[in-house]
Amino acid sequence: MSLLDIKNLNVSIHNTKILENISFSVNEGEIFGIVGESGSGKSMTALGLMGLLPDGAKITGSAILSEKDLLKISEEEMCTLRGNAIGMIFQEPMTALNPVQTIGNQVAETLIIHGRAKRTKALKIAREKLNRVGLTEEQFPLDKYPHELSGGQRQRVAIALAIAMRPKILIADEPTTALDVTTQSQILRLLKSLVEEEKMALILITHDLAVVSGLADNVAVMQTGKIVEAGTTNDVFSQMKHAYTRQLFSASNHIPVRNPKLEETPLLEIKNVVRNYKLPRESIFARPKFFHAVRDISFILRKGENLGLVGESGCGKSTLTRAILGLEELQGGEIILEGDIVKAGKKLNSKIRRKMQVVFQDPFSSFNPRHKIGRLISEPFYLMEDRPTGAKLKNEINDALTNVGLKVEDADKYIHEFSGGQRQRVAIARALIIKPSLIVLDEAVSALDVSIRAQVLDLLAELSSKFNLSYLFISHDLSVVRNITDRVLVMKSGKIVESGDTQKVFDNPQHEYTKELIAATPQLPKHLSRKV
Amino acid sequence: MIKLPRTLIFGGILFFTFLIGALISFLWTPSDVEILNITSRFKLPSTVNWFGTDHFGRDIFSMIMVGARTSIAVAVVAVGIGILVGLPLGLWAASHHGHWVDDLIMRGNDLVFAFPSLIIAILITAVFGPSAFNAIIAIGIFNVPVFARISRGGALSIWTLDYILSARVAGKRTFRISVEHILPNIANLLIVQGTIQFSLGILAEAALSYVGLGVQPPTPSWGRMLADSQTMISFAPHLALFPGFAIILTVLGLNLMGDGLRDILDPRIRRARG
Repeated sequence: MSLLDIKNLNVSIHNTKILENISFSVNEGEIFGIVGESGSGKSMTALGLMGLLPDGAKITGSAILSEKDLLKISEEEMCTLRGNAIGMIFQEPMTALNPVQTIGNQVAETLIIHGRAKRTKALKIAREKLNRVGLTEEQFPLDKYPHELSGGQRQRVAIALAIAMRPKILIADEPTTALDVTTQSQILRLLKSLVEEEKMALILITHDLAVVSGLADNVAVMQTGKIVEAGTTNDVFSQMKHAYTRQLFSASNHIPVRNPKLEETPLLEIKNVVRNYKLPRESIFARPKFFHAVRDISFILRKGENLGLVGESGCGKSTLTRAILGLEELQGGEIILEGDIVKAGKKLNSKIRRKMQVVFQDPFSSFNPRHKIGRLISEPFYLMEDRPTGAKLKNEINDALTNVGLKVEDADKYIHEFSGGQRQRVAIARALIIKPSLIVLDEAVSALDVSIRAQVLDLLAELSSKFNLSYLFISHDLSVVRNITDRVLVMKSGKIVESGDTQKVFDNPQHEYTKELIAATPQLPKHLSRKV
Repeated sequence: MIKLPRTLIFGGILFFTFLIGALISFLWTPSDVEILNITSRFKLPSTVNWFGTDHFGRDIFSMIMVGARTSIAVAVVAVGIGILVGLPLGLWAASHHGHWVDDLIMRGNDLVFAFPSLIIAILITAVFGPSAFNAIIAIGIFNVPVFARISRGGALSIWTLDYILSARVAGKRTFRISVEHILPNIANLLIVQGTIQFSLGILAEAALSYVGLGVQPPTPSWGRMLADSQTMISFAPHLALFPGFAIILTVLGLNLMGDGLRDILDPRIRRARG
């Protein structure tokens, strides 16, 4: 008899089928992985089990947890089970905690609500749990507030909260997606050790095959509300009976075909660039301190080259990006694009601006929702003195759309009619329309599902050879950088710690930090990836 | 087709009834409100005088119609001043966030906010003389910081989005970005706040006229009608009841409209509706 037994779970919202015949079971001390892309229903499965489905949802089937059917019990009973028998961790650690309460109080609160302990004892247990997730008393007293913690530390507090009641099952919905790779590997290790020591079961929901393959005992692959393949992790990944599993697998390891035409002429030269931010004064008499976001960075990007810049959040890569785009003033050094100096401020020559464009990470905030696609992608024409108008503009827009694989009719649509991957295509069209020599890709594929990501990478590779474009590829995701760049720079706290040919750096990293990054990146098992 | 919220429909009907009445009053009223007819004073509501007559024998229904004109005109211009001055200030402050311009504008706003608005309005009209024009200016000044604040707040959150960055990469200046990208995206906020300020403007006009500092006789005004009827309320309550109800219903209508507009204009709610 397994701990949780789910049979024929069906969910529909306003008569649209969301989940169809989901059946699986989870045993004590087991890690069960659910993998799928966005919209596959993996989060809905979790919400269904917790009784947290949105309004208008209908759920049928059964989910037996210690002889109780989670789908049949009343909301009141469910409340006592939530947090008590089932704990849950969410993706976004920044919003998972209440900002106006101390971490100690938040962990203790669960215990008090469920009547497990009175206040003093609850705080004592909270302390134990925080120690357990690696937040020691000296550094993290109970009266710390969430804003004083980093993302990884907040996720640890969220985990402490979830395990405070010693639940039988822990559901983790993309618990590490918002975290840096090194933090991700620490959190994953923590989850694994918790499962082993506390005899919990863990349902790990993720889009990342590599994470699941390294952690889960059993795995279910979901697509459009159905489980298409399930079994032990080893079996699923070595046999891959279903086409979708194979597709997912090859997409996550996708290497776009590229034929780079490298020239020796430098396109972009960064010379000893320094960017400091003045911090607010601590007292009226003290001099304000400085935060050094970028410290003395130099590198060269050659024509036709794809250069990768990797680093974790807060390393200064975004500041550097904005400096290259002429949006940040520098305190030292200079940035030279094809012989012209890039200076921030209003005076930046549109002749220089015209040579570079940018694609941002978030396909949802990159576009003004009130403008049509045609207007959105023609915005960079503002930089031209003889802006095309009328039929000529129409042609340019059509060309840009066709180049990125969109339809000509799309010019009259609004951005909300497009999916994330299509929006990223629109963003590329916008960058491409004035034929720049350099496109800065700031985490441009990080928010996309693996199969969409593979398509966008292919598109980028194709455009690069077609228009002889150079890319500066900024990412925290090493596996993507590895597959699309010629050379790579590794950045840590404002400095470049290692640089070189991508293959060489990845095969034989020299700097400690690079080694650490590469080791922390979850990888699909080698013996499996060869089969694809 | 979006299903309109009931608050919007009901509020809209209330407000537009008064608006249409005010518009008709330009062309026609049941009787001339400037002609006194002492012989037929204090008439109760009847088929001839729907709302009765006042102490000078004027038709109250006609006076309410013309009064609506005064109230709405004063409030519209006052809100207009608030938007015309406050919105650019707010957008300007937001585009210079962290700069001294932002501080200067917002502290200036705080200064205006710190004064009790109605008392200052009374002061202004007392110093410069009671007139409709001065009432409008007085009410308008206090609308400025409201719109400056709300447009700055809305604009700040949009300035952080990536499409603003890409507009900057396209070489656009802050002014152009504010007009092209920020303004259309905070229009909802302004419309909703506009209806609320509108209703407050009507209340403020009534209050000023009540103390005799608003529109001057013989032009009818709801506040003035209330003030005049005060001493006669024991034997002719209808003199106070009708202008009172007019004020209440217009303000209620506008507030309900504001609520309803917020519901349909808020993109999050609109998305939830499908």
